[in-house]
Amino acid sequence: MDVDQSKLESIIAQYDAQKGSLISILQDIQAEYSYLPVDALEYVSKEMDIPRVQVYGVATFFKAFSLKPKGRQQIQVCMGTACHVRGSKKVLEELERKLEIKAGDTTLDGEYTLETVNCVGACALGPVVVINDEYHGQMTPMKVESILSAK
Amino acid sequence: MKLTSIKELEDLRAQILADKDPDKPCITICGGTGCHASGCENVISAFKQGLETEGVSDRIDIRVTGCHGFCERGPIVIIFPQGIFYQKVAPEDAKEIINETVVNGKILDRLLYIDPITDEKKIHESDIPFYQKQKRMVLENNTLVDPTNIMDYLGVGGYSALAKVVNGMTPESVIEEINKSGLRGRGGGGFPTGRKWESTRNAAGDIKYVICNADEGDPGAYMDRSILEGDPHSVIEGMIIGAFAIGSSDGYIYVRNEYPLAVANLTIAIEQAREHGLLGKNILGSRFDFDISINRGGGAFVCGESTALMASLEGMPGEPRAKYIHTSEKGLWDRPSNLNNVETWANVPLIINKGADWYSSIGTQSSKGTKVFSLVGKINNTGLVEVPMGMTLREIIYDIGGGIPDDKEFKAVQTGGPSGGCIPEALLDLPVDYEQLTEAGSMMGSGGMIVMDEDTCMVDVARYFTNFLQEESCGKCVPCREGLLRMGEILTDITEGRGTMEQLSLIEDLSELLKDASLCALGTTAANPVMSTLKYFRNEYIAHIKDHKCPAGVCKELITYGIDPDKCTGCGACMKNCPSGAITGEKKQPHVLDTGKCIKCQICYDVCKFDAVTKE
Repeated sequence: MDVDQSKLESIIAQYDAQKGSLISILQDIQAEYSYLPVDALEYVSKEMDIPRVQVYGVATFFKAFSLKPKGRQQIQVCMGTACHVRGSKKVLEELERKLEIKAGDTTLDGEYTLETVNCVGACALGPVVVINDEYHGQMTPMKVESILSAK
Repeated sequence: MKLTSIKELEDLRAQILADKDPDKPCITICGGTGCHASGCENVISAFKQGLETEGVSDRIDIRVTGCHGFCERGPIVIIFPQGIFYQKVAPEDAKEIINETVVNGKILDRLLYIDPITDEKKIHESDIPFYQKQKRMVLENNTLVDPTNIMDYLGVGGYSALAKVVNGMTPESVIEEINKSGLRGRGGGGFPTGRKWESTRNAAGDIKYVICNADEGDPGAYMDRSILEGDPHSVIEGMIIGAFAIGSSDGYIYVRNEYPLAVANLTIAIEQAREHGLLGKNILGSRFDFDISINRGGGAFVCGESTALMASLEGMPGEPRAKYIHTSEKGLWDRPSNLNNVETWANVPLIINKGADWYSSIGTQSSKGTKVFSLVGKINNTGLVEVPMGMTLREIIYDIGGGIPDDKEFKAVQTGGPSGGCIPEALLDLPVDYEQLTEAGSMMGSGGMIVMDEDTCMVDVARYFTNFLQEESCGKCVPCREGLLRMGEILTDITEGRGTMEQLSLIEDLSELLKDASLCALGTTAANPVMSTLKYFRNEYIAHIKDHKCPAGVCKELITYGIDPDKCTGCGACMKNCPSGAITGEKKQPHVLDTGKCIKCQICYDVCKFDAVTKE
C-alpha cells in the first residue's frame, strides 16, 4: 500500500515527535490504514530517529497492532472469563464455520476479519461479540447468522 | 471560566446549586458500556425527540450518566425527583414515560423491576435487593452526574477535597491522612497507598511522576472502566491531591484502548478541568502546578504491571523489569514515580472530604473502605457492586447477586483475575478482604468475581487461565515463558483425555517453580488458578484422567451427544440447525445422530425443547 507521507507527518507532529508517544503514533496510523504498513513503520523509524528494531518490537508486542490489512468489518469475539463460562467458545466456533476462516484471519473477499479479544469490559452481557464497535450481548451460536446478515 | 482561588470555586458551586431547581423533573438515562450494548443510544435520542415533540423540553431535564451497575437490566432510566427506576427501557417507551410518569406522575408497572423471589414490583432503586446491601461510595456519582459536564461534578461537591488540600494542608498531612485511612491499592496488590506516596515523596529528585493505572486487563473485571466513564473527575481530583502530596507536576493516565468511551470522557474531563484552572499552572491560586496526559494502551495484559506500564509509557515494548530498585525511586524515565489504580485514586477525595476516621470505620481490621466488584458469570443479577470490605462471599452472591440462574448448583467463585483462584462452596462464608482471599488461595485482584455453576468444568477453567497467561506472557523470563507453555500442554492433555496421574504432580512442581523463579507478578501468581482448582476440585482432574469423563460436560473430546428416541418428537429443530448434517430423521419420527459426523458444537442440545438430546 502507498502511504501518504503528509498524513504520517501530521500524526507525528501532533505528538511533537516525542519518543514516548510511539505507541500513540502507531495507534493513529493503524486507525488510518486499519493496519501498520511496513512503509509507514520505516518512515516513523527514520523521522523519529527510533531504531527500526524498536518500532518493529512495539508493533509486534502489542495486540492492538496488526501488520496485515484488516477486513471492512472487524468482528471481535470476547474471550474474557465471564464470556468464557457462558460459552463464548461455541459462538467463536460458529463464526469460524459461517465465515470459513479461523480467528485472526480475514475472508478472501476482504469483507470480514475475525479476532478474539481478552475482555471488552461488558461482562454482564456475555458472551459479547463486537462488530465495528457495535456491541452484541448475550450471544449464542444461534444468533450468529442474524448479526452477520444485519450488516 | 478559570478559577483562580478557592473562593471563586465555592462561589461557582453556590451558583450551580442556586440555579438548580430540586423539583424540576429529570430523566436520567444510563450511558455506560453495558447499557450501550443494550441499545441505550436509541433510548436517549427517543427521549430527546419526545421532549421536543411534546413541547416540554424547557420543563424537563435530561441527563445521560455513567454506569448504574445493574447492567443485566439495561437500558436503565430513572425519573427524578421521585427516583422511579425503570429497567429494560425501549425507545418506544420514551413517549409514554414522558407523558404518563414525568408529566402525570403515573408509574408504568411493566417497566418496574420485579423481585424474582417475592414477585413484588419495586419502584425505587433503593428497594431493589441488588442495591440494598451495597454501600456505594466510589460509584455514587455514577448515577448523579453527567460525566461530560464538570458543573454536575461541582454540584455534588466535586473538587472540594482539592480545595481543602490546597487551603492549608501540607503534603505531609495529606499523606498522614491517607495513611490513617488504611487505604490499600485497589489494583490487586493491596499495598498501603499512603506508604507508597511517602516513599515517592522522600525519593531523591526534582521531577516526579504520578500515574494512574487504567489498563484494566483482568478479563471479567470492568469497574475501572465504569468509574472512568461515569465519574472521571473523581480520578482526576484524586490524582491532583496525590501529586500535591508527592511533589509532582506531571501525571499520566494509561488507559486501555479497548475502552473508547472511557478515553473520550476522560479527555473531555481533563479539558474542562484545565479550563477551570483545576489542572495546569497555579491551581486555584495555590502556586501548585500539575497537569495530566492520557496514554492509550496497546492491548497487553502484562502492562498492568507497574514496570511494564512505565516501559510502555516510554514508547518501548511493555516488558517488566526486576524491581531491585522500586519505581518510587526509579520509575518512568528513571525518575521517582507513583502508580495507583483508578479505584484507588477515586477513593482519595472521599477520604480527604470525610476524614480518615470515617473511612477507616468501614471494613475489616486490615482492609478498609469499600471494594467494587464486577459480579458476573452464572449469576442472576450481573453487574457492578460496591460493598464494604468484610462482607461474606455468600452475601454478595446470594443477597446481592440473587443466586444462580436456572436452579443450577453453585460450584465456585473465581476472584482476582487470571492470577486469582477458584473458591469452593465450603468457603462461601469467607469475609472478603485482602488477607482472607489470599489465605484461601485466591486474591483480591482488581475485583472480578466470576460465578461458576455445575456446568462449569474446573479443569477447563484452569486451562483457560493458563492459556490466557501463556499468550500474555511477555517472554522475557524463562519460567513464565516455558513453564506456562508446558502447563498449558499438560492441561490440554487432561481435558482431551490423554492425561496421566504423573502429569498432575508435574504440574504441581511447575507451579512451585513459577512462583519462586518468575520475574514479575504475572509469572509468580500464574499458577494460582491451577493450584486452587487442584486443591478444591481434585476429583474433577481425576475424573478426566482415570475415567475419561468431564463431569460438567464441557470438554468436547470427552463427551458424546445422542438423541433419546423416547423423548424426541421429531420436530426437526436439531436437524435444521445442525451445521454438520449429523442428524437425520423423518418428520414426527425420532431422529438419529451420527456420532461420526458430529462436531460437538452443542447447538442441537441447546435448541431441543424436549430434552431429547443427551450429553454423556
